[in-house]
Amino acid sequence: MKTKTKTLSLKERGLTNFESIMWVFTRLSALGMYALILFALIGALVMGARNNMNLADVMRWSFMPNVTHVEGTDLQDLEPWATPFWKLTASALLLLATAHGVHGLVVIADDYIVTKRGRNVVRLLSIVFMTAMMLMGLWIIWTS
Amino acid sequence: MGLKRDVSLSTGLRYRGPGGYLTFILHRIGGLGMAVLIAVHILASFIGGKLGAGINNIYENWAFQAFVFFCALFHAINGFRITLLDLFPKMLEHQSEAIWIEWAVFIPLYGLCLYVILSTGLGG
Repeated sequence: MKTKTKTLSLKERGLTNFESIMWVFTRLSALGMYALILFALIGALVMGARNNMNLADVMRWSFMPNVTHVEGTDLQDLEPWATPFWKLTASALLLLATAHGVHGLVVIADDYIVTKRGRNVVRLLSIVFMTAMMLMGLWIIWTS
Repeated sequence: MGLKRDVSLSTGLRYRGPGGYLTFILHRIGGLGMAVLIAVHILASFIGGKLGAGINNIYENWAFQAFVFFCALFHAINGFRITLLDLFPKMLEHQSEAIWIEWAVFIPLYGLCLYVILSTGLGG
């Protein structure tokens, strides 16, 4: 190899291609989601999860820190769990997870749908599905 | 134009593959499972009312929760291995060891969650 990969510009590495960018996005969004999940887990413990929630409830909150996810627990005061701070955290997790997940569905579909027209239809449907999920999810988070 | 596969479905299902194959297919099942169940959950919560509550009651049933937890935990733990190995490709040499570590993390963690879900769901 005449040039080390590290010294190549983004363009030379081929990262201008949409699929390559999404390959990187899938990995980085996963790291972002781990950070948010860990953040929600620590937040739950700070807000009193240790005495009032079981392991499955804590995990459920961590994977999506929306107040409706802790309504069935022994927590007495749900107010700290419903602040705009947690709604913002939940929104960030929702947007990352939806983009990550819908792209994953497109990758799986591409393994079975091989015609150009079919793939275009999948992409169009994925954009509609992703937008709908994001809007509905945000509405649920901010109105619950 | 369809896909041309030179093996039958039964041969395909019997394929055991090298180390990463089981995790590859479980990662897909986990991702698809989450996509379907979470999309239905979001739709039901958005619709609300009796219908939404009815769908969410099914979703919150212990059997569904056990499956959702399997999907989410396996996808998250396996995804962490994929991300680490892809971002640090030199570690790919140790892929099979990484997969063993992954199972060593997943089995006890999922086992604990399953125990809690089942003991609560079955009247514990």
